[in-house]
Amino acid sequence: MEKERQQGVDESALNAAFEARIARGETIEPKDWMPERYRTQLIRMMSQHAHSEIVGMLPEGNWITRAPSLRRKMTLIAKVQDEAGHGLYIYCGTETLGVDRTELVDQLLSGKAKYSSIFNYPTLTWADMGTIGWFVDGAAIVNQTVLAKASYGPYARAMVRICKEENFHKKQGYEIIATLARGTPAQKAMAQDAVNRWWWPSLMMFGPSDKDSPNTAELMRWRVKRKTNDELRQRFVDLTVPQAEAVGLTLPDPDLKLNETTGHWDFGPIDWDEFWTVVKGNGPCNRERLQARRDAHEAGAWVREAAEAYAAKHKQVPTASAA
Amino acid sequence: MTDNTPSAGNSDLFEYLLRLGDDRLVLGHRLSEWCGHGPILEEDIALANISLDLIGQATLYLHLAGQVEGKGRSEDALAYFRDAVEFRNVQLVELPIGDFAFTIVRQFLFDAFSFHQLEQLGKSANSEMAGIAAKGYKEVRYQLRHSSEWVQRLGDGTEESHGRAQKALDDLWRFTGEMFHADEIDERLIAGRIAADVREIEPEWNAVVSDVLRRATLTMPEGIHMMEGGRRGRHTEYLGHMLSEMQIVARSHPGAEW
Amino acid sequence: MARSKEANRPDSALGGRADGPASAPPVGSAHEDTGRPATESGTGGAGASQWPLWEVFTQEAQGAPHEHAGSLHAADAEMALQNARDVYARRGGVVSLWVVPSVAITASPSDEAGPFFDPGADKIYRHPQFYKVPRGLKGF
Repeated sequence: MEKERQQGVDESALNAAFEARIARGETIEPKDWMPERYRTQLIRMMSQHAHSEIVGMLPEGNWITRAPSLRRKMTLIAKVQDEAGHGLYIYCGTETLGVDRTELVDQLLSGKAKYSSIFNYPTLTWADMGTIGWFVDGAAIVNQTVLAKASYGPYARAMVRICKEENFHKKQGYEIIATLARGTPAQKAMAQDAVNRWWWPSLMMFGPSDKDSPNTAELMRWRVKRKTNDELRQRFVDLTVPQAEAVGLTLPDPDLKLNETTGHWDFGPIDWDEFWTVVKGNGPCNRERLQARRDAHEAGAWVREAAEAYAAKHKQVPTASAA
Repeated sequence: MTDNTPSAGNSDLFEYLLRLGDDRLVLGHRLSEWCGHGPILEEDIALANISLDLIGQATLYLHLAGQVEGKGRSEDALAYFRDAVEFRNVQLVELPIGDFAFTIVRQFLFDAFSFHQLEQLGKSANSEMAGIAAKGYKEVRYQLRHSSEWVQRLGDGTEESHGRAQKALDDLWRFTGEMFHADEIDERLIAGRIAADVREIEPEWNAVVSDVLRRATLTMPEGIHMMEGGRRGRHTEYLGHMLSEMQIVARSHPGAEW
Repeated sequence: MARSKEANRPDSALGGRADGPASAPPVGSAHEDTGRPATESGTGGAGASQWPLWEVFTQEAQGAPHEHAGSLHAADAEMALQNARDVYARRGGVVSLWVVPSVAITASPSDEAGPFFDPGADKIYRHPQFYKVPRGLKGF
């Protein structure tokens, strides 16, 4: 009893010290003491991010075999490859918190884990490759730049790597769109159609409005979220409107208007019904995305086992059993 | 000094460059089909890397081919606006990806050939080709290391992986002979010290492949009748379908820029 | 002229074992080399097998120290090295790579580790792999 009371007192002291470290801008490393809730929230956030990168390979992977020039083919393969790499960096970062990648993958494939809702939309034309780079990677950049200074070391370090690579993705997407917009009438129509389909889902990427977002305050205090959903969404709109004007494409929002007072672009209402429908698993491609990942994982089981078996047969030194 | 200007004598060179480019374009395209579907994330990245290397090499060869032909065809025009009968790749590389064992064994069989081919081409009298080959040679060394390691892992892994690897080998073997077939175009270019001598490569390839298969506990097939025809545009039915997919967007908008 | 990658790729082969003699085909004779480090088996059985975790260190230029770049999963050291090149060095800026099984690393205790922290505190992560017994392997 005394020991438990003593533990309770020590734990609140540890908590206070932890919060103070965060407030001082220090970086938390894997072996540092951390509240269990910090650990679980970080596992949730990081694994969701990793899952998003992996699932995100699929809508773009859909057009690799049809890319209309050798240069576009190569840059698209490189982009999708980068996304695999990003997922990998973050899965490995998440593992430092005491969870296996296998567990995380199981959570994704069983439908328990979430990933960014945007990847549940289908890619229907080549122009979608442009809009995904421009809008989706653009949105990700707005979200992610702040994470390079996240409080958890492995996450921050993974994000530094990712941010370096992400800039090329957005540029590539915008370049595809710009080329289409100044191309043939059919190409310009293709670009406008893609913009019409991807604009609103991209705004929804930033998540529910702040008043409907319960985790935000705690995550901000712990420096794993630096701005609110609404702030980030506004920043994305402000950046993107002039970019659309520059290529002569219109964003599908009749309410889009520059607010002279705030200096921001006011925009129309988001269809939150659509958002929640997709988040709950009933978007256009939710099932197909998960099925594709399940198929790859199951088809790959014999390969992974073979590599393990081979490694075991060729070990030079006997394994020490773990503690 | 290399003369890459278009001329009657350079039609051989044009054909040869198509062979070099098409082998790599078709194989690179097939590998890219694994993106997002690999057995583990790390391998997804590895296969994408190899795919990029191959398509990059193909781009250089096809670009040079277009210059040699002298009719204003760019690498994209050659890649996206030729029909299957105009492609000059070996049949081995156009076969569908199958399972991971099929992909890896096919990759290994080609890498072992390409390794020796590019080594020779690095000394080609055509300096531009030699340059492209030298760059490709650095890459094929990693490719061969990767594919040969995997053949061993699968062959000497589990019973299941061994069975799949052996089946892949049995199914692929009849497509290997074509890589070493030298026709009149080859003979003229070999005499001109421009092309690699595939007849010299064959025993070297055999030595490498035997060694790896032995370590992989796999059995080399024997007495197999070899398929051929790809170098003359006589392909399997698979290539047409592959190109339909690859070329559809480009062909739907002829003359457009991307 | 199109390049094979959007960003720079290393033209110089990476140092160490990745280079062989100029004309010998590099067909991984890896497992006939001496002294390969032992690796823990993955934590899974059929369908759930997961390759062990490795830490990757990269050297940016001759004379510079190797720095920790991140981690990855691989079944053996040769694969770890190849994967490390693909994952952490494909954009260039790396002349040498080291891969080390994560279990092989011993870490100093963190100043911030509390008094109630688990045994095995000399490992670099709170990784469950460090605390599991290797499982039997199927099928051979």
